[in-house]
Amino acid sequence: MNMRTPLGQVRGLGSAKDGTHHWWMQRLTAIALVPLVVIFAIEVIALTGAGHAEVSATLGHPVVAGIAILLIITVFYHLRLGLQVVIEDYVHTGSTKITLLVLNMFGCVALGITCVLAVLKLAFGG
Amino acid sequence: MAEFSLPANSKINSGGKQWKAEAGANKVKRFQVYRWNPDDGKNPQIDTYEVDLEECGPMVLDALIKIKNEIDPTLTFRRSCREGICGSCAMNIDGANTLACTMGIDEVKGDVKVYPLPHMPVVKDLVPDLTNFYAQYASIQPWMQTETPTPSDRERLQSRDDRAKIDGLYECILCACCSTSCPSYWWNGDRYLGPAVLLQAYRWVIDSRDENTGERLDDLEDPFKLYRCHTIMNCAKACPKGLNPAKAIGELKKMMVERKL
Repeated sequence: MNMRTPLGQVRGLGSAKDGTHHWWMQRLTAIALVPLVVIFAIEVIALTGAGHAEVSATLGHPVVAGIAILLIITVFYHLRLGLQVVIEDYVHTGSTKITLLVLNMFGCVALGITCVLAVLKLAFGG
Repeated sequence: MAEFSLPANSKINSGGKQWKAEAGANKVKRFQVYRWNPDDGKNPQIDTYEVDLEECGPMVLDALIKIKNEIDPTLTFRRSCREGICGSCAMNIDGANTLACTMGIDEVKGDVKVYPLPHMPVVKDLVPDLTNFYAQYASIQPWMQTETPTPSDRERLQSRDDRAKIDGLYECILCACCSTSCPSYWWNGDRYLGPAVLLQAYRWVIDSRDENTGERLDDLEDPFKLYRCHTIMNCAKACPKGLNPAKAIGELKKMMVERKL
């Protein structure tokens, strides 16, 4: 039986003094993704039907590779922030929640680095 | 996990009571009302009352009072001012949270469905347990906080412009229609303060006479207390006073960023 007062329960462990950076970064990455996705989509459409050599040559250009890497970093950062919110919203069991939050973090970093390396490999003549 | 279906003992039983209108009633409206009694051990049920609108006032609350007085005295609900200023008769009518006293019966097409505020523990029938909601309100310390002593010869002054900033906030009557319409509050009501309490928190943050603005923002800066708001906007849609808690929460988030940059 919970004998704690309602106010005591609501105050709980107090304010985390955190959350603003998360919220602000989610907005900034969302804004950054608008031009990045549009440019990347145009590049991909322009490469329709191109062979490996042509794609490597295009992605070898520093600006194209730079945009691709920026897009990858922004996408996975945004994904990590967004999935974290979904997990916090819906998963309330302590151990499951922490496991999912850790998997989310590790998974987004691992996938992001893999994608960046793939771009670098193409750019440097893989 | 968040609960997406009702617990077994909250599922609504079929076979609620039917209360027919008296013979000779000309303008009959059916009211389907959620009933649950903590003492009989049964699941909730929907009772149907037929009310003659020619013998009834225009608002849903008038019908509920008529039902309680003349048809079924066991029907339990909160009401007080019957003019939209006390917030007691907040309930879910025709699928939306509102005040029974300011909701016209003629605004509802077909049968009038009346339920308690969603996702709150029910005390009895249409009476929700708002203990957590009130404790959350107390937690934001809804009173003026100052270091400067009160002037001995006059009240604390405020410019007209600063006073205008509280318009759209001070009118909140804490009926809980907005908070209990918010899915984020349903899933995380134990930690998320909810739209009503955050609107009240903003009311004190923006008050030019209060000197604890920073401390108030410190207390709100939390992934759950404030940042569970995902701008769903049910709060602004539900508010029977026409206020916009989502905008107040947006202003709080802007202030959080403003003091970092």
